[in-house]
Amino acid sequence: MKRKAKIDKDQCVACGCCVKVCPKSAIKVPNGICAVIDEKLCVGCGKCVKECPASIIELREVQK
Amino acid sequence: MKKKWYDYLWIFSLTYLILGFFNILFAWLGLICFAVPLIISVGWGNKAYCNKYCGRGQLFSLIGGRFGLSRKHDMPRWMKSKYFRYGFLVFFFAMFFLMLWNTYLVFAGERTLAQKVTLLWTFKLPWHWAYHGTLFSEGVAQFAFGFYSVMLTSTVLGLITMILFKPRSWCVYCPMGTMTQLICKAKHKEENI
Repeated sequence: MKRKAKIDKDQCVACGCCVKVCPKSAIKVPNGICAVIDEKLCVGCGKCVKECPASIIELREVQK
Repeated sequence: MKKKWYDYLWIFSLTYLILGFFNILFAWLGLICFAVPLIISVGWGNKAYCNKYCGRGQLFSLIGGRFGLSRKHDMPRWMKSKYFRYGFLVFFFAMFFLMLWNTYLVFAGERTLAQKVTLLWTFKLPWHWAYHGTLFSEGVAQFAFGFYSVMLTSTVLGLITMILFKPRSWCVYCPMGTMTQLICKAKHKEENI
Protein backbone atom coordinates (compact mmCIF):
# COMPACT_ATOMS: atom_id res chain seq x y z
CA MET A 1 0.00 0.00 0.00
CA LYS A 2 1.21 3.47 -0.87
CA ARG A 3 -0.11 6.85 0.14
CA LYS A 4 -0.82 9.59 -2.36
CA ALA A 5 -2.10 13.14 -1.97
CA LYS A 6 -5.63 13.71 -3.25
CA ILE A 7 -7.17 17.11 -3.90
CA ASP A 8 -10.84 18.01 -3.55
CA LYS A 9 -10.96 19.71 -6.94
CA ASP A 10 -14.28 21.40 -6.36
CA GLN A 11 -13.00 23.27 -3.31
CA CYS A 12 -9.49 24.09 -4.57
CA VAL A 13 -8.83 27.82 -4.89
CA ALA A 14 -5.72 27.34 -7.07
CA CYS A 15 -3.53 29.47 -4.80
CA GLY A 16 -0.49 27.28 -5.41
CA CYS A 17 0.70 26.98 -1.79
CA CYS A 18 1.01 23.21 -2.31
CA VAL A 19 3.18 23.72 -5.41
CA LYS A 20 5.71 25.68 -3.38
CA VAL A 21 6.17 23.04 -0.67
CA CYS A 22 6.16 19.90 -2.82
CA PRO A 23 9.70 18.43 -2.65
CA LYS A 24 9.10 16.38 -5.81
CA SER A 25 7.57 19.14 -7.94
CA ALA A 26 4.64 16.81 -8.40
CA ILE A 27 1.95 19.51 -8.23
CA LYS A 28 1.00 22.05 -10.85
CA VAL A 29 -1.81 24.55 -11.34
CA PRO A 30 -1.96 24.32 -15.12
CA ASN A 31 -5.06 26.37 -15.90
CA GLY A 32 -5.65 28.46 -12.80
CA ILE A 33 -8.70 26.45 -11.78
CA CYS A 34 -7.30 23.80 -9.46
CA ALA A 35 -4.07 22.08 -8.51
CA VAL A 36 -3.24 18.77 -10.21
CA ILE A 37 -1.04 16.12 -8.61
CA ASP A 38 1.13 13.85 -10.72
CA GLU A 39 0.59 10.53 -8.94
CA LYS A 40 3.71 9.03 -10.48
CA LEU A 41 5.85 11.66 -8.75
CA CYS A 42 3.92 11.93 -5.45
CA VAL A 43 5.67 10.15 -2.58
CA GLY A 44 2.88 10.81 -0.07
CA CYS A 45 4.98 12.96 2.27
CA GLY A 46 1.99 15.07 3.28
CA LYS A 47 3.67 18.47 3.12
CA CYS A 48 0.95 19.84 0.85
CA VAL A 49 -1.72 18.47 3.20
CA LYS A 50 -0.29 20.56 6.02
CA GLU A 51 0.26 23.65 3.86
CA CYS A 52 -3.10 23.86 2.05
CA PRO A 53 -4.87 26.90 3.57
CA ALA A 54 -8.27 25.41 2.79
CA SER A 55 -7.24 21.98 4.15
CA ILE A 56 -8.68 20.15 1.17
CA ILE A 57 -5.78 17.81 0.39
CA GLU A 58 -5.65 14.43 2.10
CA LEU A 59 -3.46 11.37 1.92
CA ARG A 60 -5.22 8.28 0.66
CA GLU A 61 -3.94 4.75 0.42
CA VAL A 62 -3.83 3.45 -3.10
CA GLN A 63 -3.41 -0.10 -4.39
CA LYS A 64 -0.11 -0.66 -6.07
CA MET B 1 14.42 24.42 -3.35
CA LYS B 2 16.45 27.27 -4.80
CA LYS B 3 14.91 30.70 -4.33
CA LYS B 4 13.92 32.68 -7.38
CA TRP B 5 13.80 36.44 -7.74
CA TYR B 6 10.04 36.44 -7.30
CA ASP B 7 10.31 34.74 -3.91
CA TYR B 8 11.36 38.10 -2.53
CA LEU B 9 8.28 40.05 -3.63
CA TRP B 10 7.08 40.07 -0.01
CA ILE B 11 9.59 42.93 0.42
CA PHE B 12 7.52 44.93 -2.08
CA SER B 13 4.29 44.25 -0.17
CA LEU B 14 5.86 45.18 3.15
CA THR B 15 7.44 48.35 1.74
CA TYR B 16 4.07 49.33 0.27
CA LEU B 17 2.38 49.13 3.67
CA ILE B 18 5.18 51.10 5.34
CA LEU B 19 5.24 53.84 2.68
CA GLY B 20 1.54 54.47 3.31
CA PHE B 21 2.47 55.71 6.77
CA PHE B 22 4.77 58.38 5.31
CA ASN B 23 3.13 59.55 2.11
CA ILE B 24 -0.35 58.35 1.25
CA LEU B 25 0.16 58.99 -2.47
CA PHE B 26 2.29 55.84 -2.63
CA ALA B 27 -1.01 53.98 -2.25
CA TRP B 28 -1.45 54.37 -6.01
CA LEU B 29 1.29 51.74 -6.47
CA GLY B 30 -1.20 49.21 -5.11
CA LEU B 31 -2.95 49.27 -8.47
CA ILE B 32 -0.14 46.97 -9.64
CA CYS B 33 -1.52 44.29 -7.31
CA PHE B 34 -4.91 44.69 -8.99
CA ALA B 35 -3.78 44.98 -12.59
CA VAL B 36 -1.08 42.30 -12.84
CA PRO B 37 -3.18 39.29 -11.67
CA LEU B 38 -6.00 40.38 -13.99
CA ILE B 39 -3.68 40.82 -16.98
CA ILE B 40 -2.07 37.41 -16.34
CA SER B 41 -5.40 35.60 -15.97
CA VAL B 42 -7.01 37.27 -18.97
CA GLY B 43 -3.91 37.03 -21.16
CA TRP B 44 -2.52 33.62 -20.21
CA GLY B 45 -5.44 31.92 -18.49
CA ASN B 46 -3.58 30.97 -15.34
CA LYS B 47 -3.04 32.06 -11.75
CA ALA B 48 0.71 32.57 -11.96
CA TYR B 49 0.26 35.71 -9.87
CA CYS B 50 -1.15 33.77 -6.89
CA ASN B 51 1.13 30.81 -7.52
CA LYS B 52 4.39 32.72 -7.84
CA TYR B 53 4.36 36.48 -7.57
CA CYS B 54 1.91 37.44 -4.82
CA GLY B 55 3.95 39.29 -2.19
CA ARG B 56 1.00 39.40 0.19
CA GLY B 57 0.82 35.61 0.27
CA GLN B 58 4.58 35.35 0.74
CA LEU B 59 4.39 37.78 3.65
CA PHE B 60 1.73 35.66 5.35
CA SER B 61 3.64 32.43 4.84
CA LEU B 62 6.77 34.13 6.19
CA ILE B 63 5.11 35.53 9.34
CA GLY B 64 2.74 32.61 9.90
CA GLY B 65 5.03 29.84 8.69
CA ARG B 66 8.67 30.73 9.29
CA PHE B 67 8.04 32.94 12.34
CA GLY B 68 5.31 30.59 13.56
CA LEU B 69 2.63 33.21 14.21
CA SER B 70 -0.18 30.87 13.21
CA ARG B 71 -2.19 28.21 15.05
CA LYS B 72 -2.16 26.17 11.81
CA HIS B 73 -5.71 25.00 12.42
CA ASP B 74 -8.21 24.08 9.72
CA MET B 75 -10.48 26.94 8.78
CA PRO B 76 -14.23 26.49 9.34
CA ARG B 77 -16.10 24.84 6.49
CA TRP B 78 -18.23 27.90 5.67
CA MET B 79 -15.15 30.01 5.11
CA LYS B 80 -13.99 27.94 2.15
CA SER B 81 -17.48 27.50 0.70
CA LYS B 82 -18.30 29.07 -2.65
CA TYR B 83 -21.10 31.10 -1.05
CA PHE B 84 -18.68 32.87 1.27
CA ARG B 85 -15.93 33.28 -1.35
CA TYR B 86 -18.25 34.70 -4.01
CA GLY B 87 -20.18 36.68 -1.42
CA PHE B 88 -17.00 38.26 -0.14
CA LEU B 89 -15.95 39.08 -3.70
CA VAL B 90 -19.25 40.89 -4.32
CA PHE B 91 -19.07 42.71 -0.98
CA PHE B 92 -15.45 43.70 -1.56
CA PHE B 93 -16.25 45.13 -4.96
CA ALA B 94 -19.32 46.94 -3.71
CA MET B 95 -17.11 48.63 -1.12
CA PHE B 96 -14.49 49.30 -3.79
CA PHE B 97 -16.98 51.07 -6.04
CA LEU B 98 -18.30 53.05 -3.08
CA MET B 99 -14.71 54.19 -2.54
CA LEU B 100 -14.46 55.17 -6.24
CA TRP B 101 -17.72 57.11 -5.91
CA ASN B 102 -16.37 59.02 -2.90
CA THR B 103 -13.24 59.78 -4.90
CA TYR B 104 -15.38 61.07 -7.75
CA LEU B 105 -17.25 63.37 -5.38
CA VAL B 106 -13.98 64.95 -4.30
CA PHE B 107 -12.84 65.26 -7.94
CA ALA B 108 -16.13 66.95 -8.79
CA GLY B 109 -15.77 69.33 -5.86
CA GLU B 110 -18.93 68.08 -4.15
CA ARG B 111 -17.07 66.93 -1.11
CA THR B 112 -13.87 67.93 0.65
CA LEU B 113 -10.90 65.65 1.11
CA ALA B 114 -11.13 63.37 4.14
CA GLN B 115 -7.64 62.63 5.42
CA LYS B 116 -8.72 59.36 6.95
CA VAL B 117 -7.97 55.69 6.43
CA THR B 118 -11.06 53.54 6.91
CA LEU B 119 -10.25 50.22 8.51
CA LEU B 120 -12.64 47.28 8.04
CA TRP B 121 -15.06 49.64 6.20
CA THR B 122 -16.05 51.11 9.58
CA PHE B 123 -13.30 52.65 11.66
CA LYS B 124 -12.05 56.01 10.45
CA LEU B 125 -8.44 56.41 11.51
CA PRO B 126 -6.76 59.83 11.47
CA TRP B 127 -4.02 59.71 8.83
CA HIS B 128 -3.26 63.38 8.15
CA TRP B 129 0.46 62.96 8.89
CA ALA B 130 0.88 61.04 5.64
CA TYR B 131 -0.61 63.83 3.53
CA HIS B 132 1.68 66.56 2.23
CA GLY B 133 -0.45 68.00 -0.53
CA THR B 134 -1.00 66.87 -4.09
CA LEU B 135 -0.14 68.39 -7.46
CA PHE B 136 -3.42 67.87 -9.27
CA SER B 137 -6.87 67.53 -7.80
CA GLU B 138 -7.52 66.58 -4.19
CA GLY B 139 -9.36 63.62 -5.68
CA VAL B 140 -5.95 62.08 -6.41
CA ALA B 141 -5.27 62.08 -2.69
CA GLN B 142 -8.79 60.89 -1.87
CA PHE B 143 -8.26 57.84 -4.08
CA ALA B 144 -4.95 57.19 -2.33
CA PHE B 145 -6.60 57.28 1.11
CA GLY B 146 -9.42 55.04 -0.16
CA PHE B 147 -7.14 52.57 -1.88
CA TYR B 148 -4.81 52.35 1.08
CA SER B 149 -7.88 51.63 3.23
CA VAL B 150 -8.69 48.69 0.97
CA MET B 151 -5.13 47.36 1.17
CA LEU B 152 -4.78 47.84 4.93
CA THR B 153 -8.18 46.30 5.63
CA SER B 154 -7.40 43.21 3.59
CA THR B 155 -3.98 42.91 5.24
CA VAL B 156 -5.54 43.09 8.70
CA LEU B 157 -8.17 40.48 7.78
CA GLY B 158 -5.42 38.31 6.32
CA LEU B 159 -3.32 38.65 9.47
CA ILE B 160 -6.27 37.69 11.69
CA THR B 161 -7.05 34.54 9.68
CA MET B 162 -3.30 33.82 9.47
CA ILE B 163 -3.13 33.69 13.28
CA LEU B 164 -6.40 31.77 13.72
CA PHE B 165 -6.00 29.30 10.87
CA LYS B 166 -3.21 28.53 8.40
CA PRO B 167 -0.64 31.15 7.29
CA ARG B 168 -2.13 31.75 3.85
CA SER B 169 -5.81 31.47 4.84
CA TRP B 170 -6.35 34.84 3.15
CA CYS B 171 -5.71 33.14 -0.22
CA VAL B 172 -8.91 31.11 0.20
CA TYR B 173 -11.20 34.15 0.25
CA CYS B 174 -8.94 36.74 -1.41
CA PRO B 175 -11.23 38.61 -3.85
CA MET B 176 -8.47 38.90 -6.47
CA GLY B 177 -7.79 35.17 -6.22
CA THR B 178 -11.48 34.31 -6.52
CA MET B 179 -11.86 36.64 -9.48
CA THR B 180 -8.81 35.36 -11.38
CA GLN B 181 -9.97 31.79 -10.77
CA LEU B 182 -13.37 32.70 -12.25
CA ILE B 183 -11.65 34.27 -15.26
CA CYS B 184 -9.58 31.10 -15.73
CA LYS B 185 -12.72 28.96 -15.45
CA ALA B 186 -14.40 31.06 -18.14
CA LYS B 187 -11.34 30.93 -20.38
CA HIS B 188 -10.98 27.16 -20.15
CA LYS B 189 -14.68 26.37 -20.39
CA GLU B 190 -14.50 24.63 -23.76
CA GLU B 191 -11.62 22.39 -22.70
CA ASN B 192 -13.48 21.12 -19.64
CA ILE B 193 -16.57 19.90 -21.49
